[in-house]
Amino acid sequence: MKTVISVIGKDTVGIISKVSAVCAKYNANIVDITQSVLQDVFVMVMLTDISSINCPYHEYAEDFKALGNELGVDIRVMHEDVFNSMHRI
Amino acid sequence: MLNLHDIMETVNMIQQENLDIRTVTMGISLLDCSDSDINHACDKIYDKICRKAGNLVKIGCDIENEYGIPIINKRISVTPIAMIAASSGGDPVLYAKALQRAADTTGVNFIGGYSALVHKGFSSGDEALIKSIPEALNVTSNICSSVNIGSTKSGINMDAVALMGKVIREAALLTADRNCIGPAKLVVFCNAPEDNPFMAGAFHGVGEPDCVVHVGVSGPGVVQSALKKCPQSDFGAIAETIKRTAFKITRMGQLVGSEASRRLGVPFGIVDLSLAPTPAVGDSVARILEEMGLEQCGIHGTTAALALLNDAVKKGGVMACNSVGGLSGAFIPVSEDAGMIEAAREGTLSIQKLEAMTAVCSVGLDMVVIPGETPAEVISAIIADEAAIGMVNSKTTAVRVIPAIGKTKGQELDFGGLLGSGPIMDINLSKSPKKFIDRGGRIPAPMQSLKN
Repeated sequence: MKTVISVIGKDTVGIISKVSAVCAKYNANIVDITQSVLQDVFVMVMLTDISSINCPYHEYAEDFKALGNELGVDIRVMHEDVFNSMHRI
Repeated sequence: MLNLHDIMETVNMIQQENLDIRTVTMGISLLDCSDSDINHACDKIYDKICRKAGNLVKIGCDIENEYGIPIINKRISVTPIAMIAASSGGDPVLYAKALQRAADTTGVNFIGGYSALVHKGFSSGDEALIKSIPEALNVTSNICSSVNIGSTKSGINMDAVALMGKVIREAALLTADRNCIGPAKLVVFCNAPEDNPFMAGAFHGVGEPDCVVHVGVSGPGVVQSALKKCPQSDFGAIAETIKRTAFKITRMGQLVGSEASRRLGVPFGIVDLSLAPTPAVGDSVARILEEMGLEQCGIHGTTAALALLNDAVKKGGVMACNSVGGLSGAFIPVSEDAGMIEAAREGTLSIQKLEAMTAVCSVGLDMVVIPGETPAEVISAIIADEAAIGMVNSKTTAVRVIPAIGKTKGQELDFGGLLGSGPIMDINLSKSPKKFIDRGGRIPAPMQSLKN
């Protein structure tokens, strides 16, 4: 299973590194990553393969939420299928 | 890799525009729970609901967390209880109490199906159940009731219409100390759908499988935001924008429904493609109509705007899922829609305009608060008018009006939560329809019924 991690918020130093560190901590493999800064708003999307993560899914998702609160940005973890079904026929 | 723009669009829909799955509703047949002993029947009902839906709330929450899509309500619909009451006789309120126990155990927020289908006449159990509705709604908190009093094929059962006027009033009187919440959980239908996942009108039709999962989507805020981006477009372009948006919203419903069905081991029924508003800011159907160019919902032009919206939502959604059903369209519940509440407060939205809007929307007069002194026969006449619109146009229409006991025009009723708050609307009480309602009998089925 793959998840899409989306990060939106004010650009600060080290966002990608901190998000990647959480991925590594749970053994989630980063498959793809794309980012952009639009009018001072930092937008980053990361596709991760979580088939071999070492914790229950909700812990993984909650840790990103906590990181988002700490960094003052919005971090969401969603199943890849949400985007596939909504944007592809 | 997924497109960054697409991902941000979806995240925005959920984060900013209140996109959610409004309900995952499990339909459960109770036909095998009939028993000549009412207590045995109640026990069987409780056991079957808990057996089938024991995991419903947990699985709903799991999907919500994993997919990142809010699923607001987890609900159950059951076979119309009048059919079960027909075998046992006795006090039907016992069934309502059994359903309430099952709701408490399973943790769902509503069970719908304290219902009777009497569009052509009353069979054994129907009349007793209908007369017990006020008490059943008074002694339970999570049970919804509905009565189908007419259909295109059979005409309108005016005896039932007359009875329902009294039932609605009594339900309001019994719950007057709780903001008259009773009638907010009671819907009177013409052409009731058998696979509707939305409350208060959900019940599990007799033609349905033993157990099935339906999904109701929502997302008025998403449609409004999409329309904001095309302020100068003509109606063709507006319809196209709504269709595209409805398609995306419905895909969510299809995804969640398939996953819920797989995890629960129960067949997937339908997706109800509805725009269901809530009192929250940015979750209003009225605001979509205003976005099209009406200064306020309720003025001339509202019916045309709603017709376009209702049709485009269906066209967009129908290709996005395997099976469409339920009510599917735009809901116009006054007290649950911030824009409608405002329009009703300012007097722009009248009950006459609402009646016209019900001819082109997916349901009918929904969550309309009327003066407490409104007599039963006037409520019956409102039901008869709505049922006539549904019968002649081969569509579902419904009435959910709440007499605000002890209050009158200019005041408000506040239910809180999803049910919202509603200003009391002006009803014409100067002349009486009593003689008309007292005639009784049945309005014959219209020519439209003769399609064979």
